[in-house]
Amino acid sequence: MRPEDKDLVVQLCGARAGLHVDPQKDYLLESRLGPVARRENFGSIDEMIATLRSKREDRLAWAIVEAMASSETCFYRDRTPFALFRDEILPTLARLRDGEPIRIWSAACGSGQEVYSLAMTIDDQRALMPGTKLELFASDLSERALEKAQSGLYTQFEVQRGLPIRHLVRHFEKVDEMWVLSPRIRQMVRWRRINLVSDLSAAGRFDVIFCRNVLSALVEPMRVRLLENLARALSPDGFLFLGATETATGLSQAFQPVSGRPGLYARNPAFRAAA
Amino acid sequence: MKTCLVVDDSRVIRKVARRILEDLGFEIAEASDGLEALAWCRATMPDAVLLDWNMPVMTGIEFLRHLRLEPGGSKPTVLLCTVENDVERINEALDCGANEYIMKPFDSDIVASKFAEVGLA
Repeated sequence: MRPEDKDLVVQLCGARAGLHVDPQKDYLLESRLGPVARRENFGSIDEMIATLRSKREDRLAWAIVEAMASSETCFYRDRTPFALFRDEILPTLARLRDGEPIRIWSAACGSGQEVYSLAMTIDDQRALMPGTKLELFASDLSERALEKAQSGLYTQFEVQRGLPIRHLVRHFEKVDEMWVLSPRIRQMVRWRRINLVSDLSAAGRFDVIFCRNVLSALVEPMRVRLLENLARALSPDGFLFLGATETATGLSQAFQPVSGRPGLYARNPAFRAAA
Repeated sequence: MKTCLVVDDSRVIRKVARRILEDLGFEIAEASDGLEALAWCRATMPDAVLLDWNMPVMTGIEFLRHLRLEPGGSKPTVLLCTVENDVERINEALDCGANEYIMKPFDSDIVASKFAEVGLA
């Protein structure tokens, strides 16, 4: 790719999604943008960028941003957050809410493994929480990721990454060479396309937000905006999960870490006053 | 160091599995069928067994049934590793005492993920 084309992609991703794209990573740019160019019937990435530059077509611009924003994931990624959610967060909120719905949001759900891991966890716990209402929401920037997620269809490789075999046979059915998640689990989730660095005031209020591995993908000013957006979307006694290598500390006063629980944050009461 | 017995009639699969499992910190022993694996287990019970299904002499499932009846035979964590990928076959393996199940083809991420699932990586 030509340097000026890479610069255009960097600017586009930063402006639309707050996404940090390293122009030195040629392999990443080409591996993400090549499939977009082919899908959009361009002969090459260069040709696609030239069209973007001349026509400023909004749909194409978003296709490029969405491709750069996508990332690999797996079921029960990092394990600990799901155990924490099951063993501590859910019982605590079930007690506090006392029959009122607990609203859980997978904010960058990608191809769905995170939100479905939560759905399977909830399904397995139902008998232990009679009377507890749970509402599960999932969003992503990428329409394509949302489409794949909603299909509930996964390859054999995908279902073997992180998913215990007993969960596979309990919740999936094999259809030809693919594995399809049961409608019962799929129907637990409500889906929406959301750009996390835009205005989230219409997104609703949640008790638990999973927003893992997004913060580290953003340019610095957008990290602050993301955290403050999430703080406004989180109930005052709710919990935020960030990625295993991410921290809100030093970026924003909106959250405070939960002691002894890496990656888990609670809303800062001082921020509540300011919100 | 934890030990893993790799049971597969394919020398290539055993070699690939050995490399992945050594990277996960296991000491590896190999057997090319269920009977050989059973003899190994009677001498030294391993911590884990990575077990193919379809093998000559004694299949993986026959081995697993025998293993679980042996003194100390409940100790090893057994991961089936096979081309068999129907739900009925997976359930059969679980009913016979398998702890996890890897469908071939596999890669190092899948093996690491499955061994982590059973608390061995």
